[in-house]
Amino acid sequence: MGKTFQKPQALSDTPTHYCPGCTHGVIHRLIAEVIDEMGIRGKMVGIAPVGCAVLAYNYFTFDFQEAAHGRAPAMATGIKRVRPDLMVFTYQGDGDLASIGMGEIIHAANRGEKFTTIFVNNAVYGMTGGQMAPTTMPNQRTTTSPMGRNVAEVGMPIKVAELLSSLQTPAYITRQTVIKPKYIVKAKKAIRQAFEYQLAGKCYSFVEVVSTCPTNWGLTPVEAVKWAETTMLPYYELGDKKVPD
Amino acid sequence: MKKVLMKGNEAIGEAAIRAGCLNYFAYPITPQSEVAEYLSKRMPEVGGVFLQGESEVAVGYMIFGAAACGARVFTTSSSPGISLMSEAISYIAGAECPAVFVNIMRGGPGLGGILPSQGDYLQATKGGGHGDYRMLVMAPASVQEAAEMVMQAFPLAEKYRNPVMILGDGLIGQMMEPVMFPDHLRTEPSNKDAWATNGMDTRRSDKRNLVKSLYLDPNVLNAQNLKLKAKYEQMKREEIRFEAYHTEASYEALIVSYGTMSRVCKTAIDNLKEEGIEIGLIRPQTLFPFPEMAIRQACDRPECRVVLSIEMSMGQMLEDVERSVQGKKPVEWYGKCGGEVPTPEEVMDVVRSFLKQYGKE
Repeated sequence: MGKTFQKPQALSDTPTHYCPGCTHGVIHRLIAEVIDEMGIRGKMVGIAPVGCAVLAYNYFTFDFQEAAHGRAPAMATGIKRVRPDLMVFTYQGDGDLASIGMGEIIHAANRGEKFTTIFVNNAVYGMTGGQMAPTTMPNQRTTTSPMGRNVAEVGMPIKVAELLSSLQTPAYITRQTVIKPKYIVKAKKAIRQAFEYQLAGKCYSFVEVVSTCPTNWGLTPVEAVKWAETTMLPYYELGDKKVPD
Repeated sequence: MKKVLMKGNEAIGEAAIRAGCLNYFAYPITPQSEVAEYLSKRMPEVGGVFLQGESEVAVGYMIFGAAACGARVFTTSSSPGISLMSEAISYIAGAECPAVFVNIMRGGPGLGGILPSQGDYLQATKGGGHGDYRMLVMAPASVQEAAEMVMQAFPLAEKYRNPVMILGDGLIGQMMEPVMFPDHLRTEPSNKDAWATNGMDTRRSDKRNLVKSLYLDPNVLNAQNLKLKAKYEQMKREEIRFEAYHTEASYEALIVSYGTMSRVCKTAIDNLKEEGIEIGLIRPQTLFPFPEMAIRQACDRPECRVVLSIEMSMGQMLEDVERSVQGKKPVEWYGKCGGEVPTPEEVMDVVRSFLKQYGKE
């Protein structure tokens, strides 16, 4: 009988720096499994963001670049334009992508750049210590919205997947989550689909993953999953927002 | 090899192609937009990449991404655009990737104006972006020299794995002059497999490459900064370039001037010679590294009574000239911003006036 479960080759043996209950580890693993299954590790270039995943390159075993805050889609554009044969993904959080990097993500998507974005949305700035993000939920308390997000002052949370879907350029845009096993299976399928579209040179692909941040939410991992399910998922609805013809 | 009449901006674009750089990302800004216009036609002809980015910020990182995966790549911009790219330049220097940036300077600060200036001297030579990094900065004084420097810049960027900047004032980009391109110049790209994120399959290797500038361990970051410093010191030993003009004469004053301004100074020097006034000129062709020793030696001649830093900026180069002279002779400044290039007559007046001020003892 062979081994039925093992660490993907695309994942390294590095001890994690992510907090207990954080979903980055699950998402990293899904990406690594997909890369193994597609046999594309030797063509991969990942782009790490600024944020909790700034050290993402420590957990993977293929080429990686590190971007400035928000600029990963511009770097991915540079790579794909000069080396269309490489497989490129940006791994970005919500502060990185939806705030400082909003310009880069919209234009990369609108040009139909043939790379993949994994967008980890946990409704808060993680690395800098739990400040309000463009994705922070109404009334959600953060270190820079101690009374809760006041939407009259700072607007409603941005639904990035829907925003990008409004562009006329063909793309694969989907929102998934990894807070429960049934969702994890679907999220992996979506990541695989995104990479398949890229491999075929079909279109830009974007997988938003609704995630948890127990540390900065001030919740236990179990409470965090519950909060994500009851507060975030009704607003950030799961599913494909746009598929290419 | 034949002579063609070309606008500086177009010659810069063509020179990059002749140097084997087939990847160009840019954002329009006066007075250098002709580079992008020219290359939007030329790059497809040679199977190259042309992309107009959404901002100079994004373009800086397109350059970083492409350079990091081993491509020969460059961009062109002008002063305010270079400010926006300076973040990326810092990252590129920190991550040790080769890339070429061309700055066709316009007046500042802020939006300033669109006419020629040399107001980005300090930004180019002392930083611009954050952190301890330097760029090799080359300053052309003609369209021909701009083309040549662009072609030299790529191998230099690759030698040092560091950004190289061509710093030209607006006139260099806008004027038309005859230019000659070598027929077969294309320099071979250097072997980048040791560090570039060009995919493990490309390198036939199972060792992955990582391009980054983050070093959280203070000792490791310090070591990285020392490594970068060693490269900048090597540039000072190996890359200083300058032109000495009329320095065989017994000159009474030494002018230090670069770019378009130095050409005006040369005319002034020729005219003053007819009046019996001998003036020497050192024209730095590299601004970093700066030709300190050449200036120190040139000003040490007994007849030389004063050193003049003449620039289209408010004394930005003056500090480097003073540092080079080391108090051996008085150092004075003359300059003009706003876009009007001082005329030879203005320079002659300035020289006469300083010679009077520092009269023969």
